[in-house]
Amino acid sequence: MSEILVDVKNLSKEYKRGGETLIVLDDLNLEIPKQDFLALMGPSGSGKSTLLNLIGGLDTPSSGSVSINGERIDQMNSKQLSNWRAGNVGFIFQFYNLLPVLTAQKNIELPLLLTNLSSSERKKHVETALSIVGLSDRSGHKPSELSGGQQQRVAIARALVSDPDILVCDEPTGDLDRNTATDILNLLKSLNEDHGKTILMVTHDPAAADSAKRSLHLDKGKLTT
Amino acid sequence: MKWFRQVLAVTNMNLLSITQRFGSSLVVIIGIAGSVAVMVSLLAMASGLQSTVEGTGEADRAMILRSGSSSELSSVISIEEANVMANAPGLRQLNNEPMIAFEVYTVVDLKKKGADDTSNLPLRGVDAMSFAVRPETKIIKGRNFEPGRAEIIVGRGAYDQYEGVELGNKVTFRNAAWTVVGVFSTDGDVHESEVWADVKVAQSAFQRGASTSNAIARLESVSSFDEFAIFIENDPRLEVKVENELDFYKNQASGVSGIINSFGYLVAIIMAIGSIFAALNSMYSAVSTRLVEIGTLRAVGFRGSSILAALMMESMVLALSGGLLGAGLAYVVFNGYTVSTLAGGTFSQTSFDFAVTGEIIMQGLILALIVGFIGGFLPALNAARQNITDALRSL
Repeated sequence: MSEILVDVKNLSKEYKRGGETLIVLDDLNLEIPKQDFLALMGPSGSGKSTLLNLIGGLDTPSSGSVSINGERIDQMNSKQLSNWRAGNVGFIFQFYNLLPVLTAQKNIELPLLLTNLSSSERKKHVETALSIVGLSDRSGHKPSELSGGQQQRVAIARALVSDPDILVCDEPTGDLDRNTATDILNLLKSLNEDHGKTILMVTHDPAAADSAKRSLHLDKGKLTT
Repeated sequence: MKWFRQVLAVTNMNLLSITQRFGSSLVVIIGIAGSVAVMVSLLAMASGLQSTVEGTGEADRAMILRSGSSSELSSVISIEEANVMANAPGLRQLNNEPMIAFEVYTVVDLKKKGADDTSNLPLRGVDAMSFAVRPETKIIKGRNFEPGRAEIIVGRGAYDQYEGVELGNKVTFRNAAWTVVGVFSTDGDVHESEVWADVKVAQSAFQRGASTSNAIARLESVSSFDEFAIFIENDPRLEVKVENELDFYKNQASGVSGIINSFGYLVAIIMAIGSIFAALNSMYSAVSTRLVEIGTLRAVGFRGSSILAALMMESMVLALSGGLLGAGLAYVVFNGYTVSTLAGGTFSQTSFDFAVTGEIIMQGLILALIVGFIGGFLPALNAARQNITDALRSL
């Protein structure tokens, strides 16, 4: 059995809306071993993205615990979580979330600004990330000068550049055509298999889920598969 | 160090994206520029007037007016009093003559260039001793008036501001024609807004008999003032008061320049409040259009405090640009611009140049930065406190 990277125990998340309590995640338990590629599926409102956000340290649970690599991120304050995210997790979003005024190289460099690396070291890391995603020749282009697939590759390079343990992907192919989506999924597979990255991916697309090593389904805040 | 790098990176992004929000950024810049331009212009006006009036006088000269008179216009000194004063101790001597000049001060009417109505202009009746007491006086065009003739010389400021005072022209005051024979300067002080004539002719033309309005005395030294003043004010034959010439003109200036200053600050503050709302509006809109970017940066690991600082920097840069634009505009348009106004209880016009000084520009820039700070703080705080998942969902 591989070492556990993500350990979620009795996790619940509730929102208060107009006096009503909305339970989004209900006493959920989940273990994700290192180098896993897990697809989370489920209908809208099932709690997939909420679970992703809690594991990525973007949100805090109402109860239960989230441990990543043995660290209880549910007990961290906002500043500690910011520092933790900077070094341990890479985010890939459906709409890429690149900063439009920055070139691909500068977008990818952003997480490295939070490290103590020198400018030349940062440049080296960015070049490595760009070569992994196959965009070395596009480093000086701004997002508006790149196709959707290329933008998502830049976003993947940004997620990779600080060499995090886990990549969390929220519908990474949701805005792409089938062929481009296949390319992106192949890239994610390669990152998982060849670079040992643990990947947690939320998707509606069964074809995308097929690229993962395993899939889990969420419904009404509970894991059903 | 890392925090500063975060702030710099986000500030850089924000500034690069200003071109995408050009319209709303321009509203902030122009709003603040307007406030600063108005404040700088009004303060420059007050400063110009103040420095012109306060720049008049020397520490070793004394003004003597009738007790209870607040200005030369309402003062009268009789010939008997003049004779007593001429023997006061502490007066500097010139060729065995005490350096004290007895002058007539009144106002006459002339039309300003481009104006429909006439304005009051001070006319000073002087004699040779007046020039000796004020050695800064120089004839810069034409010649001095000849004693006993209805001739006038015109101060440089008045010469620039009034119609019909070209050399050789005749002007009419109180039904008498006076010939303009020269233009004089007094190192830019308040006398350059006056016309000067022979004191005897002025006494006759303005029916003053042998009396004059005031006296100006040149003392042996600055320290002779007390000795001179004690003699003058304690002599029972005299009903006059003595003031150091510098203090006299400073008091004359303080009222009007104080009003202009207060008005300048008041208008600037009212306009600045409007600019704060423009800045708030613009920064809220800047934040709302960049929520996803802010959420992304926060997700990547940027701290809320660095987002706050960077947005504040953006607001301050916009404000500073507005401040520089406004101050620059005020400088280009108004610095050195000559106007005249009623000043110092004389009911006459004093010409002066707007003076946009470094200190005034600094005050304008400080106002701009205050507007930028207040206008930027709430939107920046809002952005920094934004829930990351909400921000990411706001696409």
